Amino acid sequence: MSYDPTNEPDASRRGFLKCMTWAGTAMVWTMAGGIPRSRLIGSAEAATTSDPFSFVQISDSHLGFDKPANPDVTATLQDALNNVTAMPKQPAFMIHTGDITHLSKPAQFDTASQLMGATKLTVHTVPGEHDILEEDGKSYLNRFGKGAKGDGWYSFNSNGVHFIALVNVVNLQGNGLGNLGHAQLEWLEDDVKHLSASTPIVVFAHVPLWIVYEDWGWGTSDGAQALSYLKKFGSVTVLNGHIHQTMQKVEGHVAFHTVCSTAFPQPAPGTAKSPGPMLVPAAELKKRLGIAQVSLVSSNAPLAIVDTPLAS
Amino acid sequence: MTETLQPGGNARRFLLGSVLGAGALLLFKPRLARADDSVEVKIDNFVFMPALIRVKKGTSVTWVNNDDIPHSIVCPVLQVHSHPMDTGEKFSYQFDKAGIYNYVCGLHPHMHGQIVVS
Repeated sequence: MSYDPTNEPDASRRGFLKCMTWAGTAMVWTMAGGIPRSRLIGSAEAATTSDPFSFVQISDSHLGFDKPANPDVTATLQDALNNVTAMPKQPAFMIHTGDITHLSKPAQFDTASQLMGATKLTVHTVPGEHDILEEDGKSYLNRFGKGAKGDGWYSFNSNGVHFIALVNVVNLQGNGLGNLGHAQLEWLEDDVKHLSASTPIVVFAHVPLWIVYEDWGWGTSDGAQALSYLKKFGSVTVLNGHIHQTMQKVEGHVAFHTVCSTAFPQPAPGTAKSPGPMLVPAAELKKRLGIAQVSLVSSNAPLAIVDTPLAS
Repeated sequence: MTETLQPGGNARRFLLGSVLGAGALLLFKPRLARADDSVEVKIDNFVFMPALIRVKKGTSVTWVNNDDIPHSIVCPVLQVHSHPMDTGEKFSYQFDKAGIYNYVCGLHPHMHGQIVVS
């Protein structure tokens, strides 16, 4: 896809707020040479029809949550996974960006494994803070952390894209900001040192790596240092969850994106007294939940992200 | 569920500035408890209420979570880290030594409170 500078996203406050209103609506987000552009899903389908490689992101399933904001999070996760398996061309794999469970209970992890396993897709995960509430995170690592380093970070290559899974929920800072820590940052610096600058990079972690709203701890205290190791790359895509809504921004060649939850929505930053589960009319709920499909859409390595609510 | 822990619990690493939220805490009138009291701190909408309480040695403080999301009590000085309290669940801790104890929610460290024991 060619790069059209007239379609560059508005990084101003107006643009930021406009992105926030996209929560619950389908859109495509393409990245050409590190510069993303957003469009509605109709054109997104055209853009992704011929792509040879795509993967799906789901997040914040909170299995075990049963409060009024969504009394049946297992059913909505199943809905999300049904949407994945119904895709005409199956994605290469799925990533889950954390808060798989609500309370890190074995039964909650088991349900997640069973539901995600039924898709027959490889699932790459990172933990959210709700996944490490028991046994110092071992209940998560024993199930999903095999082969990972430290608290569960790792990297892998697929279809010419280098994927980096980071853990930023173990040592929350200040108001609850995520934190990567020295050991993980050193590993990251070494992990990308020998990669070509033309390699597309996808980083995923639970808490946004950029500061979305510090008062609620929606950001990562040392995220900027992590991103400094990725400066040489022409295409960097950062995928996060945690805030249960779609939001995006662009800084240079780095495109940031957060995805909806499969369980319940949370308020936009600063619009409520707290970031707790947001109660919406039952008919509205599935419009606030969803998944994201990320695609490599042309040879010069642009990526497209399509957010799809569970109901339109 | 009510859970009671004694010092020596498995604390995670949390930064807790000694002056964290001190200004906000002063907005609330401290509650003074007698030595044989048990004091309750409610958690509503991501806030400890009251956020600052003054108690005598030997007082047991019980936190009750009224939110739809789990919270925990983390007090690094005492090496206390409660299990996550789901909606309606409680956690109690008996304060046997005089001192000023700052604490936060382990899942949402922007929530902070203080217990002054004399």
